Amino acid sequence: MTITEKILANHCGQKEVVPGQFIEADVDLVLANDITGPIAIEEFEKIGAKKIFSPEKIVLVPDHFTPCKDIKSAELVKILRNFARKYGVRFYEIGKVGIEHALLPEEGLTLPGQLIIGADSHTCTYGAIGAFSTGVGSTDAAAAMISGKVWLKIPSTIRFIYYGKLNKYVGGKDLILWTIGKIGVDGALYKSMEFTGETIKTLPMDDRFTMCNMAIEAGAKNGIIEPDEITFSYFKNTLNNNIQNLKSDSDAKYEKTIEIDVSKIQPQVSAPHLPSNAKDVGEYKNVKIDQVVIGSCTNGRLSDLKKAAEILKGKKVNSQVRCIIIPATQKIYKQAVDEGLFDIFLESGCVIGPPTCGPCLGGHMGVLGKGETAISTTNRNFIGRMGDTKSFVYLANPEVAAASAIKGEICHPEEIK
Amino acid sequence: MKIKGKTWKFGSNVNTDDIIPARYLNTIDEKELAKHCMESLDINFSKNVKRGDIIVADENFGCGSSREHAPIAIKGCGVSAVVAKSFARIFLRNSINIGLPLIEIEQTDKIKNGDEIEIDFENGILTNLSNNQSFHFSKYPEFLQNIIKNGGLMKWTAKKYIK
Repeated sequence: MTITEKILANHCGQKEVVPGQFIEADVDLVLANDITGPIAIEEFEKIGAKKIFSPEKIVLVPDHFTPCKDIKSAELVKILRNFARKYGVRFYEIGKVGIEHALLPEEGLTLPGQLIIGADSHTCTYGAIGAFSTGVGSTDAAAAMISGKVWLKIPSTIRFIYYGKLNKYVGGKDLILWTIGKIGVDGALYKSMEFTGETIKTLPMDDRFTMCNMAIEAGAKNGIIEPDEITFSYFKNTLNNNIQNLKSDSDAKYEKTIEIDVSKIQPQVSAPHLPSNAKDVGEYKNVKIDQVVIGSCTNGRLSDLKKAAEILKGKKVNSQVRCIIIPATQKIYKQAVDEGLFDIFLESGCVIGPPTCGPCLGGHMGVLGKGETAISTTNRNFIGRMGDTKSFVYLANPEVAAASAIKGEICHPEEIK
Repeated sequence: MKIKGKTWKFGSNVNTDDIIPARYLNTIDEKELAKHCMESLDINFSKNVKRGDIIVADENFGCGSSREHAPIAIKGCGVSAVVAKSFARIFLRNSINIGLPLIEIEQTDKIKNGDEIEIDFENGILTNLSNNQSFHFSKYPEFLQNIIKNGGLMKWTAKKYIK
């Protein structure tokens, strides 16, 4: 079996599962946010449920429209807060909250081998630590709060083997944008994406999070990376040895295997309006930008901010550009302050926001007007994603976004040296 | 069960931001969400769509976020079913869970905007009444039919787990 099949089999009490089979599986963690949580809670109450199967396994993270942007969103967060108090489930208040998919691993709530569902499509992020994690809807979350279970169809798996040495300024974001560019936004529809190969074996955890985070942008059910030494050290070697077996068997069946020579991959930029419109950054000429966003569940972690700071150090953001930096969690925020990154950002003319999903989904703190263009380290560039339906979003890694902020148009980080 | 309705035709990769933009997600009110359904693609959709109408699209309908507001907004408009070549997975499960019928057929290009179509769920046949062409579609697997028959995921869950 593949690692995904093993985890799913483990969670439905079966020795073996095969693609296409329907199971009802036990969940280890259920996540919802300020957008999806209120619907889940409404469903939970409407059906007359009085009890949560296991309150410590429920996490409510108000991160999308927080700090609340308007009265309506304040009311949504109130629903979560009141529910959390009533049932004793985890709730992260302002001052503790961060972007869910950066926050949960940081809090130690996600572990290798777990089955995690979240009413947020980027829940697939936790595949980076070797968990099966997948995005579901609010009703799924509500049902799981009652039963502790989720219905799933066992996905077939596409194996991606990355080999070769990464070029400078190429990281997890570029690998995943390139991959989505190759297979398309439905290239892994309903399937599992297993990322492996020598390049992945040495890829830092933050980059792994970025890759698994965007598996959904290829339509995948989950993205996953086998736990290894890097995973062990991420957990400061606190994991028990059971995860040693948490890998795909040598005779596991894959629907397809795709081998990718990463030495041929340059920094990638995805043009509006699909993440699959990925091309080498060098192919973009004279694309002027109005706004840069560096943050999100995709690229708002400490190493992302460091990469951006390296480019921005001693330089000024172009006078035609506003550059918004959003550390993904309080902890990352504090680390960025401690490491002097804020000085670099502030001196270069960036503004730094509190942890929030805000601008990524056109919510608040950096919404685009008609005809405006942004380059962003986020994950989606659909029509109107960051604001007006006549605005444009280009997706890129933190170095490319920072370099573009300085030049005022999309450019390779080498260009601003 | 059979339904009949006028079609609204869309292309491939209609995403959840198209179906209901995030700026309207500060409410969970079905009627409010319905007002903005599909507005990025057709600003007048919610005004002109009639109860019972059917959305027809190509590949990967409903890709993007997990927001259940998307099928809720579609249902809220009175749309009775969505027909597409394929559906994104979270949108698919949300629709099954809340009882919005989805039909997968390959031949969506044989259906034009404004055609009248009939869907026969029992026999798995979709008929385009405007040109009298019929197409077979696969019914949901038994596991999912069972959820639907029980009135959606919440009722199914309540029956099994709420004592």
